[in-house]
Amino acid sequence: MNDTAQNPSGISRREFLVRAAKAATTIAVSGYAAHWIRNRDEHQPARAEEPGFSFPSFLVPGTEGRLSIITGPNRRRTLNAALATMGGMGTFIQPGDRVLLKVNAAFALPPSLSATSHPDLVSELVRLCLDAGAARVVVTDYPINDATACFHLTGIARAAEQAGAQVVIPREADFRPATLAGGRLIRNWPVLARPFDGITKLIGVAPVKDHNRSGASMALKNWYGLLGGRRNIFHQEIHEIICELAMMIRPTLVVLDGTETMMRNGPTGGSLSDLKPTHTMIVGTDPVAADAFGATLLGRKAADLPFITKAVVAGAGTANFELLNPIRISTNG
Amino acid sequence: MKIVNSRRISQLFFLALFLWFCFVTTLGTAWWQLRGWPVNWFIYTDPLAALGLFLATRAIPATFLWAIGAVVLTVVFGRFFCGWICPFGTLHQLVGWLSHGRRPLIEKVKANDYRHAQRIKYGLLAFLLAAAAGGLVVEFATGTRFSGLSRVVAGSLQTGLLDPMALMYRSVNLALLPLADRATLATSLVPRGYAGAGLIGGLFLLAVALNVWIPRFYCRFVCPLGALYGVLGRWSLWRIGKTSPQCSMCMECESHCEGACEPSTKIRPAECVLCMNCLRACDDGVIAYRNAASVGGEITGLDLTRRGLLVSLASGALAVPMLRLGSLLGANWNPRLIRPPGALPEPDFLNRCLKCGQCMRVCPTNVIQPAGLEGGAEGVWTPTLNFRIGTSGCQLNCVACGHVCPTAAIRPITLDEKLGRNGFADAGPIRLGTAFVDHGRCLPWAMDRPCIVCQENCPVSPKAIFVRETFIPVRDGMHTVSHADELTIDLGAPVLAPQTFSTGDYYCRPLSDPDDSPRRIVANTDSMITLDSNRPFASPLRPGARVELLVRLQRPVVDPRYCIGCGVCEHECPVMGVKAIRITAENETRNPEHKLLL
Repeated sequence: MNDTAQNPSGISRREFLVRAAKAATTIAVSGYAAHWIRNRDEHQPARAEEPGFSFPSFLVPGTEGRLSIITGPNRRRTLNAALATMGGMGTFIQPGDRVLLKVNAAFALPPSLSATSHPDLVSELVRLCLDAGAARVVVTDYPINDATACFHLTGIARAAEQAGAQVVIPREADFRPATLAGGRLIRNWPVLARPFDGITKLIGVAPVKDHNRSGASMALKNWYGLLGGRRNIFHQEIHEIICELAMMIRPTLVVLDGTETMMRNGPTGGSLSDLKPTHTMIVGTDPVAADAFGATLLGRKAADLPFITKAVVAGAGTANFELLNPIRISTNG
Repeated sequence: MKIVNSRRISQLFFLALFLWFCFVTTLGTAWWQLRGWPVNWFIYTDPLAALGLFLATRAIPATFLWAIGAVVLTVVFGRFFCGWICPFGTLHQLVGWLSHGRRPLIEKVKANDYRHAQRIKYGLLAFLLAAAAGGLVVEFATGTRFSGLSRVVAGSLQTGLLDPMALMYRSVNLALLPLADRATLATSLVPRGYAGAGLIGGLFLLAVALNVWIPRFYCRFVCPLGALYGVLGRWSLWRIGKTSPQCSMCMECESHCEGACEPSTKIRPAECVLCMNCLRACDDGVIAYRNAASVGGEITGLDLTRRGLLVSLASGALAVPMLRLGSLLGANWNPRLIRPPGALPEPDFLNRCLKCGQCMRVCPTNVIQPAGLEGGAEGVWTPTLNFRIGTSGCQLNCVACGHVCPTAAIRPITLDEKLGRNGFADAGPIRLGTAFVDHGRCLPWAMDRPCIVCQENCPVSPKAIFVRETFIPVRDGMHTVSHADELTIDLGAPVLAPQTFSTGDYYCRPLSDPDDSPRRIVANTDSMITLDSNRPFASPLRPGARVELLVRLQRPVVDPRYCIGCGVCEHECPVMGVKAIRITAENETRNPEHKLLL
């Protein structure tokens, strides 16, 4: 083109227009993109607390304050005897119920050391739930040691699966943040939520164990296994966190296994010499009362355990278990 | 079937088998999980590892008889392993083919030219074997390993750095599989991670990417196992070669040659990986695999000068003694190097560890990690326990690492031996190290906060961590009683933060009676303290009396007689950045010179 020859900058009108259009488009697109991705909330606080997950009450109306204390060395027998005093498992589990058994599978230790829920007890509970018509039984815990090893070495996985339950070993995605209304520690804290999807009944199954920091690890401390995240920092206020757990979790039933009580070196134990054959099965709907009695197996008083006192004050149950007129039966052999 | 198709099927089969073995190296009870799968088979077929082990320890584990088989087959048939089995070679061939397959003939021929740099791998082989042979040299020269000569001549097994079997296991175990597993969580409930996986995976990807430049780059220039097979296979009975000098020199054979061994002219049998591509490609039909030398001539030498070989051997022999000037095996040992249970004493360990990462892959808690420089340059990628990574410490009832280790650098111990039970009661449990409480960071020791998570989780009985109970005055905790009865003390002024002292850990003690044991506070408002109803004051404190608020602390103390160094305490310690209780290799069983107690 002749224009070019006359134009000292060596650019034609057409080329100039094309370049200008490209430049304008680039400016417009980047300008719009910047506007689009701009953080409109940069001066707002990070994120308001989400309402998050909350545990419903699993307590069956009309069964409040039940407590049975059965002595005997055979877990299956004492459990059945205890439930018989309450009208059988059918009192608590209706046909179609979906039951979650919160076991204590904290440590990768064999069942003989009684640091974890006993597989006999787990399998018997699963069977009783299914016999009562439960549609599904889920067995879960978020252990301290390696989770898979815990469920297998404790014998819980095999016992539960053979009895027909589904074992859920938690994964990261199973936790959702929860906030306890009126709580100070459980605020936007990850809890084991997904296994509770569709669950209608909750049964806690825990052994009676010595625990240096809290005084005892029993039915209430067992709920600790529903906490995720860096739950260890709660040890700074162990009694408060157990109390908040007592407020947050209202189970259908707790089974506190004092067949072998871990008298010292708890909550891990590790030696048969840490155990004492106390041959007692505590079954009830009030975990605070169950723990208050469980403390006596350890030679302690409920009043020595601040978390029990706190749970009573918080309205989670009663420490004066005698007021519940517990049914005491002895099974032999 | 065409022979190259047989080769391809073989390669894909062994690659898939290799990946399957890595995948199933998972602890558990499912059918596919570790239960007798020969997951180390590729290592057992590895004559470089076997020769290295022999030079370093003067013994070869029986499982390495597979490698003898590989040697015999190589002497008869040539480098079949490289072309037909090696999973790393398969990857190289695949990437090389993808990036070169469609290029013009002349470019392919050029890429497959023999290069003098291919001698480097023989130099590396000589270097690594010389580095391993130190101990054997001492033993030959003096009759014992523990002579004064061992201060000057020393060896350690470093073949695993470049050995394709170790490299492949390491890269898949520690970088590729964890990455894939993060998406699927198929082999692990918790995403697994490995310190320094970026470097391990990065080197792997670099080695694979170099095929874009020159096909089978690693095999031709670097691979010390290929070099060993080359040395063994260059006189093989059967080999590739021309059957007639009549040849149109179309160069089709060389355009497909994997080994860069120049079959069109004087073939170099040491470089030939038996890919059989030339056989297929030759339009003149003059290339055959047979038990006679090529009519076109052979170059069986290794293109390695005597001087070059000597330099490689000498630098290998010097490398280890020079590295040991740093005294990492002596006074300057690194206390943060925690070896898995059953690991041999450090010099023996370094003579056996292939850095394959099998122990790290199988460890159920992911606590076994590849070392960086914790164990010095010799210890790169050897296993060390890092209690900040993973799901727990070393599990009391687990001995998986020793049972998967292909060379018994970590011995296959029994639970009885690990825990010091039954026949091992006299020896006591195997200690990996000892826990030390950092009084500057531990919450009860340094900051007057109750905690003792470590004590709770200590898995041995009796616990190696016990507590000392103390009552410590809280900051600004001295107050004057305004009014009091048996259970409550009114301070008359808002001097307290409400409910701060009601956690069950706070106590109150009248100064008038310092011998009286402190009374637990159950509740407090800003001016009022309520005490445990179990212990009312017989006579209420008088107005004006001074009371002191105390916090009850249980301070953890380690009893080294019982501590096995499992690291569960360190893992669980809520002080996350630098843990307030940490394991160091003090008192570890495997190195008696690290003994702590009398």
